[in-house]
Amino acid sequence: MPATVDTKEQVEALAKRRYAFGFSTDIEMDQAPKGLSEDTIRFISAKKFEPSWMLEWRFKAFARWQKMTEPHWAKLSYPPIDYQDAYYYAAPKSDSDRPENLDEVDPKLLATYTKLGIPLREQELLAGVKNARPVAIDAVFDSVSVATTFKKTLAEGGVIFCPISEAIRDYPELVQKYLGSVVPVSDNYFACLNSAVFTDGSFVYIPKGVHCPMELSTYFRINAENTGQFERTLIVVEDGGYVSYLEGCTAPQRDKNQLHAAVVELVAMDDAEIKYSTVQNWYPGDEQGRGGIYNFVTKRGLCSGRRAKIMWTQVETGSAITWKYPGCILKGDDSVGEFYSVAITNNRQQADTGTKMLHLGKNTRSRIIAKGISAGHADQTYRGAVTVAAGAHGAKNFTQCDSLLIGNQCGAHTVPYITAKNPNSEIEHEASTSKISEDKLFYCRQRGIPEEVAVGIIVNGFCREVMQTLPMEFAVEAQKLVSISLEGSIG
Amino acid sequence: MLEIHDFQVSVQDQPILRGIDLNVPDGEVHAIMGPNGSGKSTLCYALSGRDGYEVFAGSAMLGEVDLLELEPEDRASAGLFLAFQYPIEVPGVTMTTFLREALNAQRRYRGEEPVAPMEFVQLMRQAAGTIGLNPEMLKRQVNVGFSGGEKKRNEMLQMAVLKPSLVVMDETDSGLDIDALKEVSHGVNRLRDQGRSFLLITHYQRLLDYITPDRVHVLAGGRIVDSGDASLALTLEANGYTDYQLSAA
Repeated sequence: MPATVDTKEQVEALAKRRYAFGFSTDIEMDQAPKGLSEDTIRFISAKKFEPSWMLEWRFKAFARWQKMTEPHWAKLSYPPIDYQDAYYYAAPKSDSDRPENLDEVDPKLLATYTKLGIPLREQELLAGVKNARPVAIDAVFDSVSVATTFKKTLAEGGVIFCPISEAIRDYPELVQKYLGSVVPVSDNYFACLNSAVFTDGSFVYIPKGVHCPMELSTYFRINAENTGQFERTLIVVEDGGYVSYLEGCTAPQRDKNQLHAAVVELVAMDDAEIKYSTVQNWYPGDEQGRGGIYNFVTKRGLCSGRRAKIMWTQVETGSAITWKYPGCILKGDDSVGEFYSVAITNNRQQADTGTKMLHLGKNTRSRIIAKGISAGHADQTYRGAVTVAAGAHGAKNFTQCDSLLIGNQCGAHTVPYITAKNPNSEIEHEASTSKISEDKLFYCRQRGIPEEVAVGIIVNGFCREVMQTLPMEFAVEAQKLVSISLEGSIG
Repeated sequence: MLEIHDFQVSVQDQPILRGIDLNVPDGEVHAIMGPNGSGKSTLCYALSGRDGYEVFAGSAMLGEVDLLELEPEDRASAGLFLAFQYPIEVPGVTMTTFLREALNAQRRYRGEEPVAPMEFVQLMRQAAGTIGLNPEMLKRQVNVGFSGGEKKRNEMLQMAVLKPSLVVMDETDSGLDIDALKEVSHGVNRLRDQGRSFLLITHYQRLLDYITPDRVHVLAGGRIVDSGDASLALTLEANGYTDYQLSAA
C-alpha cells in the first residue's frame, strides 16, 4: 500500500501533479466591472464591436433571465451562486489592439498554449508526428479568441471557422438565422444567462457538399480569477457537408469556484454529418472539494434535414460540478443522433450528465452509450431522456448505461426518462453497475503492472467503446487523462 | 532459484500452510501434488502476494530477492510468474496493450527503457510462434470469449513474452481436453531453460505424462509429506492420497 503522506506540502505537491494545467498566466487584463447588469452587457457588446441587433438580443435574454430561477432538479449540491460577485468579461489587454497575425499576439499567451500542449503556430502544428493530419485551432482565453489557425486553407474550400464575435460582425445573416434556433434564449436558466453575456466561442459554417478537410478544434482556457466563462458555439453544416470538431478545456487551480455556462448549437441539413467531441478537463477542485469549475452547459444539435447525422462524444474528467445533457432533435426523416460519453468523478466531484434524444421524424435512430466512473467521495448521475413523438414511425433508440465504482464512498445513479407516443417505435435500455474487481487488479499486478496503472488500464478498457469514437489525434490524450484523473483513488 | 523455509500462511485467520520447506534450483521442474483442500492454491497466491493470504511465519527467497517484502507487481518484476488456474477477463483491453504495459512495467522496475515498438512486435510474434498460437489472438481482448484451452495457452504466451525466472503453474491442466493439454505442455517444454525454474501445482499425474519433473512433492494438510523423483507421481496415481491424508490428520 502507498506510504502515508502526512505533510501539507506533500499533499499539495500530489494534488498539483494530478492536475497539470493548474498554473495561471500573469498577464495584464481588461475586465468588465464586477457584477451583472445592463451596463455589463453593454460593456461586453461594445468590446466586441457588435451591431445593435446583437445588443438588443442580449438585453431581451437578460430581461427573461431576471424572471427565471435557478433549477435544482439535478442531483447536485453546492452553495448558492452569487451572480453579482463575479466578473463577466476578461481579456488580455494586448488583445484590444486586435492582432492581425500570430506575430502580434502577446508572447505570454502563445507560451501559455505551448505549455498546455497546444501549438498555435501552423508550422509547429505541422511539424509534429509524420503523417499527422493538421488540426485547425481556435483558442479562447477567458472572454476572447486569441488566435485561429488555418483560416486561409479552410476558406479556400468555403469553410468558415472563426471566433463567434467575428462571425457576428462579418456574417450577420448566418448568425441571425441560426443563433438561438436550436437552443432558444429562454430554454433554461443557464442558457438564458449565456445568451445575455456570452463572450466568445467558435463559429463554423460548412457549405453544401463540402467535406471539411481537417479536424476543427477550439481550446477554451479560463485564466482570470473570479471570472465566469460564457462560451457560445454555433456550427452549421449545409446539405451533404461534413465536419469533425473538438473542444478542449482547462483552467488554473484556484480556491474559489468559477462559473462556466456554455451554449453550443449544431444544425445539420440533408445528408449532413457533424461529429462533435469534447475533452473537458476544467479544474476539478482539490481533495476536500475546494475550488473547481461549475460547469453548466447546454448543448443541442438539430438534425434538420433528411438522413442528417449528429454524433456527440464527451470525455468529462474535470469540473467540481457538471450539469450537461448534449442532445439531438431528430427532425429530418431517417436522421441519426448518437451520444457517447465517459464521465469520471473523483474526490468530491459531482456530475449530473446524460443526453436528450427527441425523435420527431420517421425512421429516426438514436444510440446512447454512457460510461460513468466514480471514485473517492464523488457522486454521479446519468440522466437521459428519450422521447418519441406521435409522428415518428419506425423510430429506434438503443441506450446502454454502465457505471463503474472504485472504492465504497462514491455513488452512481441512473435516471432514464422514456416517452413513446408512437406504437411503431422501439426503445431499448440496458444498464449495469460494477466495481473494479480484486481479481482483475491482482491479475494485472501479477504481470508486473502497478496497482494505479492497472486501474487506468481496466477503466480505459471499460470506456473503450466511447474512446474509439474520438478522433485519433485526441484518443491517446484522452486515455492518459482517464488514468491521471483516477490517480490516488485506490489504496 | 526458489527457496522456501518454514512457510506458514493463513486465510481469514485459518492456518492453511503449516510450515513448508522447498528448494527449486535453477532450471529444475518440481511438481507439487496433493488432494483438494491441501493448500496448493494458497501456496501459489501467498508466493505471489495476493491480498488475503497472510504469511505469518517463514521465508520465501527468489535468488537474492526476499519475495515477502515486495508488492505483487514487484514480485512479478523480480521474475515470478503465476499461470492462473482460471485466467481473468479484462474487457476492452487488447492482449497487445496488456502485454506491452506488463513488459514495460517490468522493464521500468529493472531500470530499463521501454521496449521499442518494432522490437515489441517481433517479441510478440516470436512468443506466439513458440506457443503455436495464431498472432491474430493478440488483437483480441484479454481472455474475453477465449475457450478454456485458449486461456491456458494465453498464459503460456504471456510467460514467453515476460521471460520469468520462476513459473508457478496453478492446476494448468484443469479443464483441458487431451489435445489442449498436449499443446500447453509442449509450450512449457519449449520454455524450459537453464535459467528458469517451474513449480507445477497439480491434482493429477496426467500433466506429468507430458512434462517430466525433476522432483515431485506431496502436499497434504498444509505440509509437504513426501518427496521423490518423477516415479512418485506414478505411485500416487496408483494409490491415491488416502495414506497421506490419514498421516497428515
